[in-house]
Amino acid sequence: MIEVRNLTKRYGNKLALSDVSFTVEDGEVLGLLGPNGAGKSTTMNIMTGNLSATGGSVSIGGHDILEEPIAAKKQLGYLPELPPLYPDMTVEEYLRFVYGLKRCRLPRAKHLEEVCEAAQIGDVRRRVIKNLSKGYRQRIGVAQALIGAPEVLILDEPTVGLDPRQMMEIRTLIRGLGKKHTVILSSHILSEVQAVCDRVVVINRGKLIADDTPEHLSRRLGGNHLRLVVEASEEEVRQSLNAIPGVKKVEIIPWSEEGCVCAEVESLEAADLRRAVSGCAAAKGWPLLELGAAEMSLENIFLQLTGEGEEK
Amino acid sequence: MTAIYKRELMSYFITPIGYVYLAVFWLLAGYQFTVLLLSGSGDLASEFSFLFTVVLLLTPILTMRLMSEDRRQKTDQILFSAPVTLTGIVAGKYFAAVTVYLMGIAITLVHAVVMAGYAPVNWAVLGGNILGISLMGMAGIAICMFVSAQTENQIIAAIGGLAAMLLVLALNGLAAMVPFPWLRTLLASISFFNRYHNLTLGLFRVADLVFFASFAGIFFFLTSRVLDHRRWSGR
Repeated sequence: MIEVRNLTKRYGNKLALSDVSFTVEDGEVLGLLGPNGAGKSTTMNIMTGNLSATGGSVSIGGHDILEEPIAAKKQLGYLPELPPLYPDMTVEEYLRFVYGLKRCRLPRAKHLEEVCEAAQIGDVRRRVIKNLSKGYRQRIGVAQALIGAPEVLILDEPTVGLDPRQMMEIRTLIRGLGKKHTVILSSHILSEVQAVCDRVVVINRGKLIADDTPEHLSRRLGGNHLRLVVEASEEEVRQSLNAIPGVKKVEIIPWSEEGCVCAEVESLEAADLRRAVSGCAAAKGWPLLELGAAEMSLENIFLQLTGEGEEK
Repeated sequence: MTAIYKRELMSYFITPIGYVYLAVFWLLAGYQFTVLLLSGSGDLASEFSFLFTVVLLLTPILTMRLMSEDRRQKTDQILFSAPVTLTGIVAGKYFAAVTVYLMGIAITLVHAVVMAGYAPVNWAVLGGNILGISLMGMAGIAICMFVSAQTENQIIAAIGGLAAMLLVLALNGLAAMVPFPWLRTLLASISFFNRYHNLTLGLFRVADLVFFASFAGIFFFLTSRVLDHRRWSGR
C-alpha cells in the first residue's frame, strides 16, 4: 500500500504541490491525470526519493521514503518522464547494470529474458541504445522499471512518444502488470487513464481536485454530454432538441459537411437522452449521421472540476 | 555501489575517454622516462616530480563527466530511486575514476622494472613515491568530482576542476608572498606541492599521507552533500 499524506513542495516562492493526499491499495492501478506542469512529475519524483518534499510524507509498503529509503526503494520500479538510459551502452549491458543496481536476487538470465519479453525489446538486446528509436527507448525504460519484480511501479507518462499500436501494447502490458503489482501512472490523456486505471486522481496547479473511479469521473464529466450530427437545418434542430424533456442546453457546433448540423446536447444530471434524441431524429425524418458521447478536452474537464470545487 | 562502480568503469572504456586518458598519461610518463634514460640518470624521482604536472592537467579530464553527465542525461534518477545510499552512489563513481587513475600510475612500475636492468632501484623509495602520487591523485579526483557535481556541463566541470587543482597544488607560491605568518602557514599546509615534493625526494611523512587521505575524504563527503542538497532545492 502506498500512502501520500499532505504533500507540499515549494520552489522558492512558487508552490508546485499543495497538500496532496491519496492512498493506493495493493494491486490497484492508479492514474495521475493532469495537464503539463500540474505537478504530476513532481509528485512522482517525491514518491521515488528523487526530490524531497517541503512538507508531508510518502510511505511505500509501510516504509517512509525519507526515514527508510533503502527499504522503500527496494519495492519500487520507476520510469521517469525521460527514460534514464545510458546512450553508449547496449540494451543488454544496461539491463544488467540495473539488475545489479537493484540488488536483484532472481536468476539473472531468466529474469532479464522475461522482462524483455514483457516490454517487447527482445530483438534489440545487442544494440547500442543511442541508435534506437524513441519507442524502443521508452520500452527499455519500462523494462528497467520491471527489473527486480518490484511490488510498486511508478510510471511517468509511459506511452509518450509511442505510435498508436505500441501505445495499445503498453496499455495492455500495464493492465496485466496491475494483476501482480501496484501501479501508478501519470498521463494527460483522459481516455488512456480510463482504459487502464481502477482509480483516477486529478491534479491541477499542484492541487488535488478529484479522486474517483474512471466511471464516476466520466459520468460527472462527459456522461451528460451527447454529440450528434444530422442532416437538417440549424434552427429546426435547436428547437426540436430543446423540446425534449431533460435537456439542459443545446449547442450548435460548426460542421464541415454541407447541409449538416452538429449539436452538443447537455442533459440534466442522471438523464440518459440517447433514446429520446435518436427518436426525435427519426420522428422528424432527419438522417442521423453520428450519435455519441461528446469527448471533453482536458481543459474543459479541469474547468468543470475546478468550477465544481468552487461551488462547493 | 558495485553496480555503479562497474558501470562507471565500463563507461570509461566504451567511450574513448579512458583510452585517451591512459594513452596521454603513458605517453607523457614515457617521454620523461626517455629523457631520464638519455641523461644517464638512474633516479626515478625526476619522473615523479614531472608526473605532478601531468596529474594536475589530466585529472580534470578524467573526472569531468563523472557527476555532470548523469545530471544532464537525467540518468541520476535511476540511481536516486534505486536501493543505494548517496554515499554508495558517490563511492561507486569515485572509485571508478580512481581505478583508471591507478592504471595510469602503474606505468611507473614498468619503468622501474626496465630501469632495474641497468641500475639499482631503491624499491622502498619507489613504493613511497607510488603511494604518494596515488594519494595525491585521489585527493585531486575528489576535488574535481566535487566540481563536476556543481554543473551539468562537462566543459565547465573540466575547466573548474583544472582551476581547483591549480589552486590547491600551487598555493605555496601565494603562501611565500603573504605577509601574515599564520596565513602563510595555513596556505602552505593546504598546498599539495611541498608535501608531494617531499615524497619524491624519499621523505616519507605520515602527516603528508594523512593530509591527502583526509583531503579526499572531505571532498568525497561534500560531493554527497551536494547531491543531497539538490533534492531539497529541486535541482
